[in-house]
Parts: sequence; structure tokens; C-alpha cells
Amino acid sequence: MIKVVLPAHLKTLARVDGDVELDLDGARPTTAAILDALEARFPALRGTMRDHATQRRRPFVRFFACERDLSHDAPDAPLPDAVVAGTEPFFVIGAMAGG
Amino acid sequence: MSKVRVLVGTRKGGFVLTSDGKREKWDVSGPHFAGWEIYHIKGSPADPNRLYASQTSGWFGQQVQRSDDGGKTWNPVGNEFKYDGVPGTHQWYDGTPHPWEFARVWHFEPSLTDPDTVYAGVEDAALFKTTDGGKTWKELSGLREHGSGPKWQPGAGGMCLHTIILDPKDPNRIYIAISAAGAFRSDDAGKSWKPINRGLKSAQIPDPDAEVGHCVHHVAMHPSRPNVLFMQKHWDVMRSDDGGENWREVSGNLPTDFGFPIDVHAHDPETIYVVPIKSDSEHYPIDGQLRVYRSRSGGNEWEPLTKGLPQSNCYVNVLRDAMAVDSLDKCGIYFGTTGGQVYGSADEGKSWSAIVRDLPAVLSVEVQTLA
Repeated sequence: MIKVVLPAHLKTLARVDGDVELDLDGARPTTAAILDALEARFPALRGTMRDHATQRRRPFVRFFACERDLSHDAPDAPLPDAVVAGTEPFFVIGAMAGG
Repeated sequence: MSKVRVLVGTRKGGFVLTSDGKREKWDVSGPHFAGWEIYHIKGSPADPNRLYASQTSGWFGQQVQRSDDGGKTWNPVGNEFKYDGVPGTHQWYDGTPHPWEFARVWHFEPSLTDPDTVYAGVEDAALFKTTDGGKTWKELSGLREHGSGPKWQPGAGGMCLHTIILDPKDPNRIYIAISAAGAFRSDDAGKSWKPINRGLKSAQIPDPDAEVGHCVHHVAMHPSRPNVLFMQKHWDVMRSDDGGENWREVSGNLPTDFGFPIDVHAHDPETIYVVPIKSDSEHYPIDGQLRVYRSRSGGNEWEPLTKGLPQSNCYVNVLRDAMAVDSLDKCGIYFGTTGGQVYGSADEGKSWSAIVRDLPAVLSVEVQTLA
């Protein structure tokens, strides 16, 4: 199981309290697969992390794991082993900006 | 006994203010969608318990929230606003072509007859419609594809479609306004559109009489006279008596005719309200005195309404969608400020009091008069 940590606003939208545990159902573990699984389980998150049409990451959303910024990796790039193993979480972050 | 429900959108959440028909004691609920920008909340005239809210965020984009119980509970519905076809370009601030990009919903206008049908005015300017209660949205692309589209340009707040008026006597007639393109009218239920800006003069554009390019801030109509429109333009308060075909200035004796909101008394279609703002470079009232101005003659002759409003050291703004009226007798007037106050008058503007004082900056105010 992959562990995903959502930012507070997306937890509220998804109506979850803690971390989310995702089973990718055999899909190759990538950022895109995590987003697909999140959006399938929580339809309210569609459009919040990536654009509906282009599927590009929204500018002020970041993906971190294992002390690395994965935001600029290709969406179909493989995830770190520790994320796939469920020992390290995949963070969805609202970038520091604004007031 | 009648009730009033005031729907307030702010920079950091939505609030619902309720009172009985006396409008003296208010219950404040919220923030709903705490921390998000709530650009607009509006109820369906056909089912007052059906509300739609535009919830937006620079981080996480657009959400559309729907309530079926008058704002007690909410559920997200469809949030995909996809322009029809290849959207093309409009003018950017520097005059270069810029591709149309969806940013947010500025205004929801529910159908007068069907709670599942709603129009949405969005940035970058376009008009969308749902007929399934917000699950899916389809662009009425005849507006954006009007030949003048490449000449539209954003105002300081973005290129927003902020005003949608449905003609209660002719279901095929819709008015909209865009900053900064101008006002448009459809006579075929949104399929095709024509600019209705004749008579507007804007010194801020190269051709002051141009067909499009005017920074219309808001337009209001009384439902008993759908051919009569009142407009607060960037500068100038304007009036049309022929469905927008021709406009004439009715700023009259206003101390400044810059401003954002304009609204019409619920029972007297010749009584209108504006909030004069010092200038386009100083967005606050003149001399720190917050004054609503009322005309009982459809413009030109204006009187200041000050009782209960701060008359010193007040430097707030009142945004374009942040004024509304109830339909009680006497007509109630409400407006919200960028300082977080929502003021109400239960006597047509004669006297005012703050319903609530310290909300986040108010983006929009709508009112429902409930039986």
C-alpha cells in the first residue's frame, strides 16, 4: 500500500482525516498512477492537483517523497522504492505562496 | 413570517447570515469552505434551498459546491469548465495575443424556473451552463466566438464575465458583461451575441466609442422592466431604456462616478443605488466617508445615505457583486466591504447598521427573501 499525505484543504474536500492508503491495483507505481487512484477514490479531487484537460500539475502543487521534489519528474517516472514499499509517504503539497 | 438569508462570499470562506423579516437580529454561520476564496454564492429563484457556491484557490483550482438545504450542508459537484473547441486568443495586458485560460467562476446565475439550470460567468471570459444541477458544464461558445473576442482584454482583476441577467419576460434574452470587453446581449437563449455598448465612452481605450473594450463593472435590472438597464462602468453611471441598444450617462451630481456595484430597489424600478469610489487609482470612498448614493429618478439626481455608515477614516472598497436587495416591504439593501463588514439597511437605505464587522474581505453579497 502506498501512503499519501494530502494538504489540509484537499483532506477537507476528500473528507478524510489522516493519511490515505492507496492500492494501485497492479498499475505501475508512478505519480500519474497515484493521482489516478486518488481521483478515482475521491472524485472531488479531480482538477485540484492537475488540470482536467492537459493533466499537467497545477503550478502551486508539488509532490515530495524521500526528501526529494518529484514535481518536475515525468508523471510516468517510477516512484522511489520506499514509497512503493509504503515505508515513506508521498506528499501532495500546496506550495508556499500567498496570504 | 418572512425571513431573509444573506449569502456572503469572502476571500477566506463563505458565510450565511439569516434574520427574520424585521432584520434586526442576525445569525451568522460560517466560514463555509474555510480558507478558500468564495467568489459568489447564489440561490435558485425556483427552489430557495438550492444554492450554488464558487469555491476557488490559486493552489487547487475551481470547485463548485451545491447545497440542497439552504446552506446547512454542501456537496461538491462538477468543476470541469472546458472551453468549446480551440479557444483562441484575447489581448493580454501588453497588447499581445494570449490564449484563453480558465481561472475561476466569478458569478452563478440560476435559472428563474429550473433549479438544475445555472449559468456561470468565468475568467477568462466565457459563459457556461449546466442543466443537471452542476454535474456537467457546457460552454455557450457563441459569446466567446463573437468576432470581437480577440480584442477583449483583462481588467486589473482579470478578464472576467461577472454579470449575468436573465430576462424574466423573455426566456431567450440574456445580458452579460465582461471586464474589459463590455456588455453583450443574446436574443436566442445564448446561441449568438451582440455587443451593446453604444453610448459608452471610455477615455482609457484608444477609441473611446469603440464597439468593445469598455470596462463595465456591473449591470442591474428591475424584473418589471427588463428593457431598462443600469450600469456602473469603470467611470460613469449609465442607463439604457432599450435593452442596451443605446446608453446615456446618468452620473449627474455624484461626487465621483467611479465605483463597482449598482443595484435597483425591489419595488421601485426608478430607485437605484451606487457606492462612489474616489478613483481608479484610489479604491476607497472620498474623504474616508462611506456613502451609498441613491437616485429616486433613475439617475442624474443623487442623494448620499450616511446614517450608520462610518463617516471618517474609512478606506474600504465595495466590489462589483457585493451589493444586493431583498424584496420585503420596506426594501432591504445590503453590501459588503473589503474590510469585512456587511452593512444592511431595512429602510431602503435611510439608515444602516453592520450585520457583521470582521469577516475576511467581502467578494460578493446575495440576498434571498424567504416566505
